[in-house]
Amino acid sequence: MIDELRQYSQEFLASLYRRMVLVREFELRAIEERRGGLIPGFIHSCVGQEASAVGATAALREDDVITSTHRGHGHLLGKGGAPQYMMAELAARSSGYCLGRGGSLHISDFDLGILGANGIVGGGIPIAVGAALAFQMQHSSRVALAFFGDGAVNEGAFHEAANLAGLWALPVILFCENNLYGEGTPQDRQAPIADLAKRAESYGFPGVIVDGNDVLAVYATVKAAVSRARAGEGPTLVEAKTYRFRGHYEGDPQVYRKPGEMESWRQRDPVPAFRQRLLTSGRFDEAALKVLEQGVQAELDEAVAFAAAAPYPEVGEALSGVYGETHGGLVF
Amino acid sequence: MAKMTMVQALNLALHQEMEKDDAILVLGEDVAVDGGVFRVTEGLLEKYGELRVIDTPLAESAIIGTAVGMAIHGLKPVCEIQFSGFSYLAFHQLESHAARMRWRSRGAYHVPLVLRTPYGGGVRALEHHSESRESYYAHTPGLKMVIPSSPRNARALLVSAMRDPDPVVFFEPKSIYRAFREEVPDEEEALPIGSAQVVREGNDLTLISYGAMMQPTLTAADRLAEEDGIQADVIDLLSISPLDEETCVNSVRKTGRVVIVNEAPRSFGPAAEVMARLIEKSFWYLEAPIRRVTGYDVIIPLFAYEQAYLPDAQRILRVARETLDVVS
Ligand SMILES: Cc1ncc(C[n+]2csc(CCOP(=O)(O)OP(=O)(O)O)c2C)c(N)n1
Ligand SMILES: [Mg+2]
Repeated sequence: MIDELRQYSQEFLASLYRRMVLVREFELRAIEERRGGLIPGFIHSCVGQEASAVGATAALREDDVITSTHRGHGHLLGKGGAPQYMMAELAARSSGYCLGRGGSLHISDFDLGILGANGIVGGGIPIAVGAALAFQMQHSSRVALAFFGDGAVNEGAFHEAANLAGLWALPVILFCENNLYGEGTPQDRQAPIADLAKRAESYGFPGVIVDGNDVLAVYATVKAAVSRARAGEGPTLVEAKTYRFRGHYEGDPQVYRKPGEMESWRQRDPVPAFRQRLLTSGRFDEAALKVLEQGVQAELDEAVAFAAAAPYPEVGEALSGVYGETHGGLVF
Repeated sequence: MAKMTMVQALNLALHQEMEKDDAILVLGEDVAVDGGVFRVTEGLLEKYGELRVIDTPLAESAIIGTAVGMAIHGLKPVCEIQFSGFSYLAFHQLESHAARMRWRSRGAYHVPLVLRTPYGGGVRALEHHSESRESYYAHTPGLKMVIPSSPRNARALLVSAMRDPDPVVFFEPKSIYRAFREEVPDEEEALPIGSAQVVREGNDLTLISYGAMMQPTLTAADRLAEEDGIQADVIDLLSISPLDEETCVNSVRKTGRVVIVNEAPRSFGPAAEVMARLIEKSFWYLEAPIRRVTGYDVIIPLFAYEQAYLPDAQRILRVARETLDVVS
């Protein structure tokens, strides 16, 4: 294990850990603020899936793009999304990423290559494939990565997009977070195969399985897929096996969990696991990690304060922006 | 008789029809083990088993498409799409096949399927979870489009939808799923699809609405009576397609003044169609221009401005008073 860490710089390891903590704590804070009334509407948290979000995004360049999902906070933070604008968007404030119009399901920041969370399961996959097609046409070395869940691979959008990506050898990574459930329905009642990576074969490109709770394994796997994509060798389907620790949405009674399943996955909680690995390696001590963790808390305190102080959008602002200049917006 | 919420009343309709008719089956995402996102299908799995209450993978197009295939072979599928904003993924199967099978097969096949789905705003949900796009379906020849407004009529209309030989898109107003209770008779009752109801009578003005908008419309009617001494005919359309033109026309011929309320975006919405029919059939009876109170032509905004988007009693009242002020 010590050997495995050796290839990574101190800074890189610290940044991975900090991001994982940021994602975990952002989610817990959002849940708390939803209970406290700052955040209306619902939240799909990614607690438990931090390693796949952070590992995958860490393998991308700043100018690469991602499409995300309804469970997207980790993807966005991984790609550099700012916690304060995200928190403000969750709180439906005008300082949020979508001016408070969209909420959790629609956060995007095109400057950071975040093409958007998505309220429609599978909706982002063809868009990422289209971005990759644009990069290919522009002879750019950029790549696109689509995040989606195990439920999404049963939607037509996945199959149509995967086929195009394979046919045209597009620079795209299809990244499936298999957390074993699509809402309340277990993965084994949604598809006749357990390893969704197999689906890649029929579209003519590799499918790889990775431990989605191991941030370095995810990073290395996606890094290899990105290299392939940049070299013009086409897409890769990465299936990260992981588990969500909270309900599908906050308030979900979770009657569908299999006995013992949660407990066994808890043993593999990605955040403490990586923390322990850093300590065991001898490259980080308790004090250094504490500093990182406190830094995250301070950043989130600021994000929450920013969101709470931000104004709600003006009525006109909330009811506009559907068309560009050529259309006057509201006609009555 | 029991006092029920709309969710309970819909659940009752499913239980009673499934009991009577073995051909009925329910399918959709999380409808069986979970009993549906909003719990409308609760208890069906336990009672009717996995062959008739089916959890599907995420696959809206296949849910409706397989329902078409089953429907032309003697089954009566009742499909749930979790939110109406996800029904577009199934639009192809609805529009291109469900709606056309009877016509295309020269009557050899027909498609007795029901698509149930919650629609509309007012629950602080996010985009794709709050919209009101009944026009897509009402605009499609071959589909029927039904929207109840209370527990009792929801139950009675769902029963009719399940008995209908043709495909019915059944929009459930989620903001009033549990907002109030109403007496619902124990024995089954059915309301005809394509018939509106006059739910309040008056001679001064006609208010026409449906679905969740019946609540603010009725509040506005009450306030007109109390504050202005104005008695309004209030019409609950119940079916958007087929549209009960006769009930609307008869009322407007009597009152000469009309305001139509829909939550959907204004342009090309149901209110526009009602207006067109009234102009064709009651033009010479009008004493004021026909007015509408509708959503705006935007994507329904999140929480803070959802209320600004949705028509409310105040907006209806203002437009009703402007209509009443017109001197003919
Ligand atoms: C087209 C569509 N159908 C249904 C839904 C409702 N829904 C939201 S998330 C979800 C489950 C998605 O499962 P998966 O892809 O495995 O992602 P996970 O929630 O596990 O991250 C469902 C059914 C939706 N948002 N969009
Ligand atoms: Mg899943």
